[in-house]
Amino acid sequence: MYDIPNTNRDAAVESNEVKFKCTDCQVYYGDTHAIKDVSCDLRDRTVTAFIGPSGCGKSTFLRCLNRMNDTIDVARVQGSFLLDGEDIYDKKVDPVQLRAKVGMVFQKPNPFPKSIYDNVAYGPRIHGLAKNKAELDDIVEKALRRGAIWNEVKDRLDAPGTGLSGGQQQRLCIARAVATEPEVLLMDEPCSALDPIATSQVEELIDELRENFSVVIVTHSMQQAARVSQKTAFFHLGNLVEFGDTNQIFTNPQDSRTESYITGRIG
Amino acid sequence: MTDATANTPADPKPKPKTSLLAADARTNARNAAEKRFQYFGLAAIAAGAFFLVVLVFAILSNGLPAFKQAVVKMDFTLTQAQFDEAESATLKTKVYTGYFISALEQKLQAEGVTAQFDAKAIDRILGKVGGQMRGFYRENPDKIGQEISFELPAASRVDRYLKGGFTRADLTSDNRFFHQSDFDLVDALKDAGIVRSAFNWTFITGVDTGVDNAGGAGIGASVLGSFLMMLVVLCLALPIGVAASIYLEEFAPKNRFTDFIEVNISNLAAVPSIVFGILGLAVFIQFMHLPQSAPLVGGLVLTLMTLPTIIISTRASLKSVPPSIRDAALGVGASKMQSVFHHVLPLAAPGILTGTIIGLAQALGETAPLLLIGMVGFIARYPDSFLGGFEGPNSAMPAQIYNWASRSDVVFTEKAWGGIIILLAFLLTMNIIAIILRRRFERRW
Repeated sequence: MYDIPNTNRDAAVESNEVKFKCTDCQVYYGDTHAIKDVSCDLRDRTVTAFIGPSGCGKSTFLRCLNRMNDTIDVARVQGSFLLDGEDIYDKKVDPVQLRAKVGMVFQKPNPFPKSIYDNVAYGPRIHGLAKNKAELDDIVEKALRRGAIWNEVKDRLDAPGTGLSGGQQQRLCIARAVATEPEVLLMDEPCSALDPIATSQVEELIDELRENFSVVIVTHSMQQAARVSQKTAFFHLGNLVEFGDTNQIFTNPQDSRTESYITGRIG
Repeated sequence: MTDATANTPADPKPKPKTSLLAADARTNARNAAEKRFQYFGLAAIAAGAFFLVVLVFAILSNGLPAFKQAVVKMDFTLTQAQFDEAESATLKTKVYTGYFISALEQKLQAEGVTAQFDAKAIDRILGKVGGQMRGFYRENPDKIGQEISFELPAASRVDRYLKGGFTRADLTSDNRFFHQSDFDLVDALKDAGIVRSAFNWTFITGVDTGVDNAGGAGIGASVLGSFLMMLVVLCLALPIGVAASIYLEEFAPKNRFTDFIEVNISNLAAVPSIVFGILGLAVFIQFMHLPQSAPLVGGLVLTLMTLPTIIISTRASLKSVPPSIRDAALGVGASKMQSVFHHVLPLAAPGILTGTIIGLAQALGETAPLLLIGMVGFIARYPDSFLGGFEGPNSAMPAQIYNWASRSDVVFTEKAWGGIIILLAFLLTMNIIAIILRRRFERRW
């Protein structure tokens, strides 16, 4: 069916530690029930892919994980989201602190219209991660190296981030997200605006990021899910239909809807 | 294959064969309608352009003479002995006039021009020459004995005669202002290069005058009044307007109350300015007892008037910042306020500045509210100090123009047209600045 690479190539890195424990999650947009009774455990140092047809709620669920839905007036979120055992929707939690821990990369590359350096340095600056310029320089270089873009931009850190190509911009956004040393990295269709070459660069990058972060990626491309993830969740009409090892989902789906989707009969 | 196509019976009448080379009736009608619409558009633009040309021509042809003034240019040397003699005389200015006349006679002889004149005629044509000379030498006693090049404004009738607004036919009989023989004298002086047209700096730097010196009236004090008002407007309307828009656009919850505020702001932008004038009169002058006719009060009233414009344009430019930038900032853990002030506001700044300048330009040309708070007074001197200028009585450019236009002396009508040129020059400059700012900080994503 699909050319499925060996997803266990770094089995040693894979962890069984649960990073995010989500139980009975509901999301409403006004009267629309967008997420219904979703429960899943996202593991540390693992790439988890959310797949499903458009409007199935995978992006909505992803945005629950760093409370980006708070910015939407009509959205209501219920259920428990435990990050390392702490409820992120607790009254005492400041969403700003949470978002420093749970970084996000968006569908469309959205660098700030500032220099490449300032793009990456912005997060560390507002969180006070660097005591002086030298430390900040180190953080920026490390982040750009992790974003696999250092070699391309090291000579023009003062150039505007918006002047880069689409793929470079997206890697810059990933570098910006990892610069604040998050524990979880959420990616909302990070490759949908990129060409195949840029996509493969970003995918390689995701695989490397797995060493340090728990990565959750929403994707429309089943090949991509198969290539980069160890765990896959299939969403349909707001329900989490099936959640399991990527290998198993793509070769031996338990639910008929999953099978229909991955063979192209629905969605 | 759908059912619809499968069961359709064959068309009984086959479609007649048409040629692409000949346009059918429907196409002709459509093309004609299109042409008609284009002609309507062209006609509308032509009409607009025609009126604009007429307006500009009227303003320039009526207003440009205000920037010219007939002056008397004479090189003159006063000796210490003459000064002492004049100062000890009973009618001092008359002695100075006598000196001037003898110098004038010498000059005319040297130029080979013959003219008949007496002291009265010189008074009529050149105005108070003696008084002006005396004033100069009393203030600058060190200039006695040196050759001074005097450039004194001629009487307003001479000015109008040179500009063509006053002819021999207009003077039916000799009066105390002008005699028929004076026309010949002016012509002779003009030939000798003593009376000539010069740029009228007094019009730009001067203050308002009464009918006795209509030609000496200037718009300078009103320009200062307008400038002080614009400072008040800028200092109040910009921060208040921007803060209000940021709150409404980024932070305020969307509910009935904010909807109500939004509708009201839009409506306020359309409220006639005279209503703001009444409001200013009632609140600032009658209730708060701020001084009448003061640029401070004028600025406050114009602030109220400009606020809706600034709020609306600021909100529009905040809205035009793509949400992805806000998401990006929130995504790296910036707070709402940080995302607004670090990212959204800088990107919206050119739009905000443009809106503010347009609002200021609108306020600069506003007359109606100023009439109600008394800023149409007769302002014959500049304020003593910069800060005092805010609360001392002053006028504004449009109010001064209105004031001049309503006076009977034709000299003031000319000044009113000239004032319009200056006002338009200011408005044009502000609009050009707005355009340059917009171009310069064009969106960079």
